[in-house]
Amino acid sequence: MTDKANAAATQADDRLVDIKGLSIGFAGANGGAPIVRDFDLTVRRGECVALVGESGSGKSITARSLLNLSGDGAKVRADRFLIKGRDALTFREADWRRLRGTVTGLVMQDALVSLDPLRTIGQEVGEVLSAHRTLRGAHAIAARVGAVLRKVGIPDPERRAAQYAHQLSGGLRQRALIASAIAADPDLIIADEPTTSLDVTVQAQVLAVLAERVRDGAGLLLISHDLAVVAGIADRVIVMRDGRIVDGGPTADVLRRPRHAYTRQLLAAIPSAHSRGHLLASARFDIIGGDSGHASASIIREPLPVRQSPDDAVVLQVDTISKRYASRQSASHAPSPAALDCVSFDVRAGEVVGIVGESGSGKSTCAKIVLGLLSPDEGEVRLLGQPWSGVTETARRALRARLQYIPQDALSSFDPRYRVADVIGENLAGPTRTRRDRTVALLEQVGLNAGHLGRYPRSLSGGQRQRVSIARALAAEPDIIVCDEPVSALDVSIQAQVLDLLSALQARLGTALLFISHDLGVVQHIADRVLVFHRGRIVESGPVAQVFADPADNYTKTLLASIPAIDRAFAHSVGSNLAAGHH
Amino acid sequence: MNIRSQPLSESPVALEALGAVAPRTIRQPRSFAPAVIVSLIFLAVLLAATIVPQAFTRFDPLVGDFTQGLKAPSLEHLFGTDRLGRDVFARTIHGTRYSLLIGLGGMAISLAFGIVLGILAGQRNRFLDEATSRVFDVLSSFPGVLLAMLVVTFLGQGMLNIAIAVGIAGIPKFGRVIRAQTQLVRDADYVTHAVVYGLGRWQIFIRHVLPNVLVAVPVIATVYIGNTILAVSGLSFLGLGPQPPTPEWGVMLAESRDVLRVAWWPGVFPGLAITLTVIAFTLVGNVIQKRFEGRLA
Repeated sequence: MTDKANAAATQADDRLVDIKGLSIGFAGANGGAPIVRDFDLTVRRGECVALVGESGSGKSITARSLLNLSGDGAKVRADRFLIKGRDALTFREADWRRLRGTVTGLVMQDALVSLDPLRTIGQEVGEVLSAHRTLRGAHAIAARVGAVLRKVGIPDPERRAAQYAHQLSGGLRQRALIASAIAADPDLIIADEPTTSLDVTVQAQVLAVLAERVRDGAGLLLISHDLAVVAGIADRVIVMRDGRIVDGGPTADVLRRPRHAYTRQLLAAIPSAHSRGHLLASARFDIIGGDSGHASASIIREPLPVRQSPDDAVVLQVDTISKRYASRQSASHAPSPAALDCVSFDVRAGEVVGIVGESGSGKSTCAKIVLGLLSPDEGEVRLLGQPWSGVTETARRALRARLQYIPQDALSSFDPRYRVADVIGENLAGPTRTRRDRTVALLEQVGLNAGHLGRYPRSLSGGQRQRVSIARALAAEPDIIVCDEPVSALDVSIQAQVLDLLSALQARLGTALLFISHDLGVVQHIADRVLVFHRGRIVESGPVAQVFADPADNYTKTLLASIPAIDRAFAHSVGSNLAAGHH
Repeated sequence: MNIRSQPLSESPVALEALGAVAPRTIRQPRSFAPAVIVSLIFLAVLLAATIVPQAFTRFDPLVGDFTQGLKAPSLEHLFGTDRLGRDVFARTIHGTRYSLLIGLGGMAISLAFGIVLGILAGQRNRFLDEATSRVFDVLSSFPGVLLAMLVVTFLGQGMLNIAIAVGIAGIPKFGRVIRAQTQLVRDADYVTHAVVYGLGRWQIFIRHVLPNVLVAVPVIATVYIGNTILAVSGLSFLGLGPQPPTPEWGVMLAESRDVLRVAWWPGVFPGLAITLTVIAFTLVGNVIQKRFEGRLA
């Protein structure tokens, strides 16, 4: 309702971007047909518009067209294309250049790639100012850079300005990138997946910085594949699919009472505590209560096949392992911080154990030790009661088939010369004839078929690759599979399919899973027990429901508070809108 | 044993599936630039001239008619005749065999040693890497031709020795590329993780590392073959290779020097043959390199 009030109060000259009937195409690509069609967009001052869609939906290319950066040979056509009231279709390259930085600022996804490694943060941010001659003189620029860095929440900006991108943590780097985008005070900020590679706690900070800019009167076009991120910050949402707008409107309307089937499907496919024990990909949205405004939406999900009840046999036993990486530059002989510090846990047969934690928390080190790729400094790992760490690789090999692995990036784990049949066949024993039949059976088990045998993994989609990777792991008929971020590179709907496949197979085969993820929703969905890693220690562990509902540890609390969740987002925004209304 | 030998793609389903992936696979255009087509035809002619030089000319490359010395190019003698009345066209055609074979032989020697040493250097063993890399440094600190001359001085003249000489000079070039490629493959996920799927060290090396390292070989080979042929001709020109009256191109060039003031044809045509061969190999090599670029990792 406050949204409507806002809309009435705004004037036409508030519109930073006013686009109607935009189409973007590339000669030769997509058969000459435009990749983006019939796209309408308005962004006003002090408004955040989110552009949501899965990869390939055309959201990035659309956003980049606002900077005339949609790529070489892009054919941009529109009925109306106004940026701050000026007709951008008549712009020449020089006009666009004046626009970039001062009127429109772009924040990209990967700050390490987007920042020049040979220049300091201060130079990087200052360049926007000197390029447009908004400020003259080194002192004025340095002062402004400091102010901007402070504005995006970088502590100790004078010192940070003299540092290079690689010396900053991921969160600071992303904030520096935002700083360079907003240095010249652009009216419109375009943020293309600004938080995708960040940890949840850092993501929360970065989103807060962006929200602050919006409160100060800037317009924000936020591009994201994550509906939950969008829920907390956006005023309006536009859902894109295959280059078209399929749904749009005020955030609360779109996310709580989605009209379009695709939006509903996207929302229903998000894994969470509620979706435990159910299938995600086939979940449907059901809205009860009509248009009374108090409509409550519920999601109807099909249950998973009944699980084999986990028995008490311990498959994997990790006993107080520690690992320290030798650091070269520590001249002071101060011990480097431990990557893993006295970590102990068990995985029982048929159990799904989730590991959550931020980057650098020791998850990956732990996975490597469990996989036997790294040996712990102290402690011991036992697989099926037999020694696993601290023995030679030859001694381990007999047990290798019992413990399998599903990596995050399936493609890079396949030999580029191998076809699907070779990838899976390599993990099978026995004569060629039966191996082929087994491979086909495995492919069918993961939702592929014999037609995929001769394909190269690089010609498969992300979801299909991950299926091949699952089939390869299952080929060895393991007792436990280590899944290292198996779905974090996938779109929501594909993620749902792969998670469904994993949990259905797990239920049927009774294989234990050690499931590592930074996505707490995924862990809540699939895991029985969860281990929370922080700075190389397990700070909390226990049944998923208990840990998530009633966290005992402070870090776990922070972590849980940082997850963007659609429900909580509305609780927040309603509160802030009410507060604003009282002024 | 080898599952790859199965005729998988023979089933119609598999073929159909392959066809259906067109939008996702990056299909390279099948058309070549005209220069490359001409180069390919030229190389085919060279190959034919290596195998059956008699098919191209009825003249004997070694025996000439003294009375017909230094005749300008005509329909009878396409490239004219040299001082001894030998047909220059016949000598150029017959010379293909020597120039190409010595070049390829030298290349084979460079490759054999380059691959073995490069793979050794690419292992995680510090000592092996240091040792082989220093060998490469020493070899490449000499100019290629000078090094080859040194080798010939030790081994004596002759076709085999000149191939060895050129081959040794080329070892560091190949060795360094193979070393870099080995390190790249060694650290690739599919190699580091292969151990998780229960493969032994040698199995991983034979199945995953070696084939993916060797992917680079055709690329560097075709790019450098032109160089090798040039080096062989250069050494022959200096009199270190095959001796007259062998119709090797470099030898022919050397012989033509004395008569250059009165007759241009005994020198220009073998020189042209060398130049065109090197250009043809380089052009084709560049195309192969571009094709392989995305697949090296």
